[in-house]
Amino acid sequence: MNRIDRMFSQIRKGKEAALMPFITTGDPDIDTTEKLILEMDRQGANLIELGLPFSDPLADGPTIQTSSQRALRHNINAKDLFGMVRRVRKKTDIPLVLMGYYNPLLQYGLSTFAEDAAASGLDGTIIPDLPLEEAGQWIAAAKTRGLDNILLVAPNTSADRVRKIARVTQGFLYYVSVTGITGTRTELPAELYQGLNAIKQLTKKPVAVGFGISMPAQISGLAVITDGIIVGSAIIKLIEAHTIKEGDDLRAGPDLVKKVGEFVGELKEATKKGC
Amino acid sequence: MNKSPNQKNTKSPDKSGHFGPYGGRFVPETLMPAIMELDSAYRKARRDTGFKRDLAHILKHYVGRPTPLYEAKGLQKVLGQEIRVFLKREDLAHTGAHKINNTIGQVLLAKRMGKTRIIAETGAGQHGVATATAAALMGLKCEVYMGRKDMVRQVMNVFRMQLTGAKVIPVLSGTQTLKDAINETIRDWVTNVGDTHYVIGSVVGPHPYPMMVRNFQSIIGRETRRQIRQLAGRLPDVVMACVGGGSNAMGIFYPFIKDEEIRLIGVEAAGKGVETDLHSATLSVGSPGVLHGAMSYLLQDHWGQIKGAHSLAPGLDYPGVGPEHSIFKDSGKVGYVAVDDEQAFQAFKLLSETDGIIPALESAHAVAYLMELAPSLPPESIVVINLSGRGDKDVATVADLIRERTEK
Repeated sequence: MNRIDRMFSQIRKGKEAALMPFITTGDPDIDTTEKLILEMDRQGANLIELGLPFSDPLADGPTIQTSSQRALRHNINAKDLFGMVRRVRKKTDIPLVLMGYYNPLLQYGLSTFAEDAAASGLDGTIIPDLPLEEAGQWIAAAKTRGLDNILLVAPNTSADRVRKIARVTQGFLYYVSVTGITGTRTELPAELYQGLNAIKQLTKKPVAVGFGISMPAQISGLAVITDGIIVGSAIIKLIEAHTIKEGDDLRAGPDLVKKVGEFVGELKEATKKGC
Repeated sequence: MNKSPNQKNTKSPDKSGHFGPYGGRFVPETLMPAIMELDSAYRKARRDTGFKRDLAHILKHYVGRPTPLYEAKGLQKVLGQEIRVFLKREDLAHTGAHKINNTIGQVLLAKRMGKTRIIAETGAGQHGVATATAAALMGLKCEVYMGRKDMVRQVMNVFRMQLTGAKVIPVLSGTQTLKDAINETIRDWVTNVGDTHYVIGSVVGPHPYPMMVRNFQSIIGRETRRQIRQLAGRLPDVVMACVGGGSNAMGIFYPFIKDEEIRLIGVEAAGKGVETDLHSATLSVGSPGVLHGAMSYLLQDHWGQIKGAHSLAPGLDYPGVGPEHSIFKDSGKVGYVAVDDEQAFQAFKLLSETDGIIPALESAHAVAYLMELAPSLPPESIVVINLSGRGDKDVATVADLIRERTEK
């Protein structure tokens, strides 16, 4: 059983949902990313998604776009991400999943990428621009190295297609809460609960919901019906707010790691309520 | 019935939109239902006599097709070779470029699909104007994304879009040019996928766009075949067109693709030189990768980050290219070359003087390559150049360049 499966089997026994924060690797710098992983782990996060910055993140809203651009100022690349994961892996057993667009994987070489990712201690990948039909080669490469490839479904995905995708996804199924891009939303669509319930009928695999979720209040409602909750932009905004800009240089403010940790702690608490 | 091998039913692209290793559908899951719906609606429409009749009617009576094929005698004289040069006058189509062939087709299709809102990206503004025009004609709401830098460079086209009732939305992300306008339009589409159709302006993007845009633009090549037979009594030896995303080139090449004796040449923008970082010569010096929903040649760095492109011609200023061009490059069916800003600038002035035709800076790239090619062509050769657009939009840019030089 890999780290992701083990985590979900434990979560499902307890009365809570997994909290899965997303941060962009290298925003504002790679050392801060490392510290954030450890702090979020301490504050109760159950899985961490690590964004691999890309120049053209077409599924992302402004918050994650600018976060990627901040990381790309230091030319953060896959090798840097793997190196950081290798260091952090000695200190924590939390599942770590890379979230990135397909082209950087393709240019690295799919089989080398899978090899290096697995060797560093990553547990899986989420590639938002790689739908089922195009994912065959990557899934094959990932599988031989024991990496999970997590697929996404959206509110407008037909039941037939959800079944097909759910059969192939590994670790969990990523349910996109809204037809839209990433970014915080004060109100989640009313159909979300219905949608999630429908998805849960179609698969026995864990289902995690992401896109738009930013507040503890939203989480406690969702925790009842889902196995995992992904929070990205709200955390990135906090990182941005605690980043100090000096001329062209960006660096983490003294409170950045602590503030993000506190927020993650609050979010984690909310995943236990209502259940 | 015996079929000869070259009549074999080899579909390009295949059902999932692949041209060999290129093309495909690399999009967020939210868009998959939309592009599958579009694919099936398009396949039905292209067999439907009503759709075909409506499209043909608009192209003839509104767009002004067929556009002329004109023998550029003035240019021939300057070349001093015994070759004949014909220009396919897409600059004379309504709105001043070939872009309208595609936007009329797509907006007509969107209307048939019950979509109420049209969105598009634009670089130079030509595709934006053509989309806004088609939307106005058919009474649909239209919003166009345009990089802030391009809005400054192409003020006239911004105003034309606004006059025809479109809303122009400035794109502030990334390089603030065409590449980022496409990202932003895709983001809009992901969000409003229910009632909105995205009119992509070139033979790029996820399947079915490269195939569909190719088919709508192929009218250029089909007319050219008929016209050159009438005017010259035979098919041409060389067909040339500029390549940015590649829609005007695909439009004129595609109906000639099986004529192995005809040389097809795509001319990319070498900008300040392919050895610099300031060019758009994707096929000449790029490498395969995934951008904007398809696998194709790209300008990218070692890590797969997309590089900025440059060309004096804003419509060529794009770090990707259509997937079918990629396979044509690999198979050698089309030869791809590049000419730089200076050559395009000279060709712009030359054609204006020799034949009284002010070409778009994009189209001027194809004319510029003729200057290089002509001396090597045998006498009696017939060359067709797709003059994809008119140069009114570029007059200010060129005037600035001329002024700079006279002041020096």
